[in-house]
Amino acid sequence: MLELELEEKGYDQRLLGNLNLQISAGDRLALVGPSGCGKTTLLNIIGGLDRAFKGQRRLADPEPKIAYMFQEPRLLPWRTVEQNLRMVCSCRNQALDLLDEVELLDAACRYPRELSLGMARRVALARALALEPDLLLLDEPLVSLDPSTALRMLRLVEKLLRKRPKMALVLVSHNPDDADRIGAQLLQFDTVTGEVLLPNNEKTASAGQLLV
Amino acid sequence: MSSRLRDYLAVTAGLVCIWQLAATLIADPMLPGPVAVFQSIVTEWRSGALLHHLGVTLRRVTIAFVCAMILGTLLGWVMGRSLRANRLLDPLLLLFLNLPALVVIILLYVWMGLVEAAAVLAVIVNKVPNVAATIREGARSLDPQLEEMAEAYRFTRWQRIRDLWLPQLFPYLMASMRTGLALIWKIVLVVELLGRSDGVGFQLHLAFQLFDVTSILAYSFSFIAIVQLIEWGVLQPLEKRARRWQGEMQHA
Repeated sequence: MLELELEEKGYDQRLLGNLNLQISAGDRLALVGPSGCGKTTLLNIIGGLDRAFKGQRRLADPEPKIAYMFQEPRLLPWRTVEQNLRMVCSCRNQALDLLDEVELLDAACRYPRELSLGMARRVALARALALEPDLLLLDEPLVSLDPSTALRMLRLVEKLLRKRPKMALVLVSHNPDDADRIGAQLLQFDTVTGEVLLPNNEKTASAGQLLV
Repeated sequence: MSSRLRDYLAVTAGLVCIWQLAATLIADPMLPGPVAVFQSIVTEWRSGALLHHLGVTLRRVTIAFVCAMILGTLLGWVMGRSLRANRLLDPLLLLFLNLPALVVIILLYVWMGLVEAAAVLAVIVNKVPNVAATIREGARSLDPQLEEMAEAYRFTRWQRIRDLWLPQLFPYLMASMRTGLALIWKIVLVVELLGRSDGVGFQLHLAFQLFDVTSILAYSFSFIAIVQLIEWGVLQPLEKRARRWQGEMQHA
C-alpha cells in the first residue's frame, strides 16, 4: 500500500538515506535504534507529514488511511476524551466502543489534564484507531511509562493488532524487545543498516537496502 | 452570599461613605454627594431622558464593538499567521496604534460630515489596531504540535477553527474584549460630545456648559453600571464556560 524510496534526508546536521521500503497490508515493522538516529524522521516521512526529502513516496490506489500516534498524546486539552475521539470519527457508538477497547470507557467525560500519561496515550491510540486506518504509525508508545503501565500498553497494542490482522503497523521504539513481542520485523538503525546513518559530509555511502 | 460579593459590596459602600463625607465637608455644588447624584438619576430616569441617551450610546458601543472585534480578529489572525502579511501591514498597524483617537474623530467628521456613520466608523478605526495587535500575539503562539496532529488527522477547516484555533485564541479574545469594551465606550462619549445630538456624551456636553456636575456624575455612573453588568452578565459567564476544561478557575 506504500512504497518509499528515500534517497536523502537531512535532519539535525545528519543524513538519512539510501533506503527502500515497501509496506503491504498486515505488515508489522519496527524502527529500532537509539534516540536521535532518525527513527521519528523516517516515521514522519512514511506518514506524509514530512515531504521535504529527496526520493519518492508512492501510495496505492485507493489511498490507504494512515493514522499517526505521536509520542506526546497531543489531545485537545479543551475537549473531553470522547470529544477528542469524535474529532476523528463522527459516530458516538464507535467512539465508545474504542474507549472500551482501550479500557477507558469510564474516562469518556474527563478532560485530558485529568488523565495520567498512560491513560492519555491509550486515548491517543483509540483516536488513531478511530480513523480505521490501513496503516498505523506508533511513535514510541511506551516511552516514559513505568514498567507495569508499559507492559499493559504493550499487551493492549498486541490485542488490538490481533483484532485487526489486515492493518499494517510501523512502530518506532528504542527497545528491540518491544518490537519482538508484537512480532514486528526490525529495521535496526545502528546495526542492521549501518549505512542508513551518515555524517553530513559522506554522501557517497553504499546503499543500505531493506525490503519488507 | 459569596465572600467575593461581600468584599465587593464592602468596598463600594466604603467609597460611597468617603464620598458623602467629603461632599458634606466641602459643601459646594461642584462636588455633589451620592444622594444628590442618585436623585438626579431618578429624575432623569422618570423623564425618560436617561434611558433614551443610554440606549443611543449603548447602540453605538455595541455596533462599534462587534465590528472592531471581527475586523481586528481577522487582521490580527492574518498578521500572526503570515510573515509576509505582517511585513506589509505592520507599519500601518503601528501608525494607527499611535494615531490619537481625537485626530481620527475630527478627520472623519470633516470628511463625512457630522453623521452617525462617521461617529461609529471613528470608534471602529480607533479600536481595530488594538484588537489586531492582541490577536496577532495569540495567532503566533499556537501550538505547532497540535497543528501537526490536526494535519495528520485531516481536520476540516471548520474543525480547525472551532476545536483548534478558537480555544487557543480565547484568552487573547477575552483580553481584547475586556479592554475593548472599556476603551470603546470612552471613545463613543468623545464622538458624541463632538458631533452628535444625542447619547451620554452629548448630555455630558450640555451639563459641562452649565457646570452641572450632578448630571455629569449621574450619567457617568449610569453607564459605568451598564458596563459592569455586561462584564458580570456576559463576559464572566462566557469565560467560566470556556475555561471549564482547566478545572477550578482562579478568581481574578
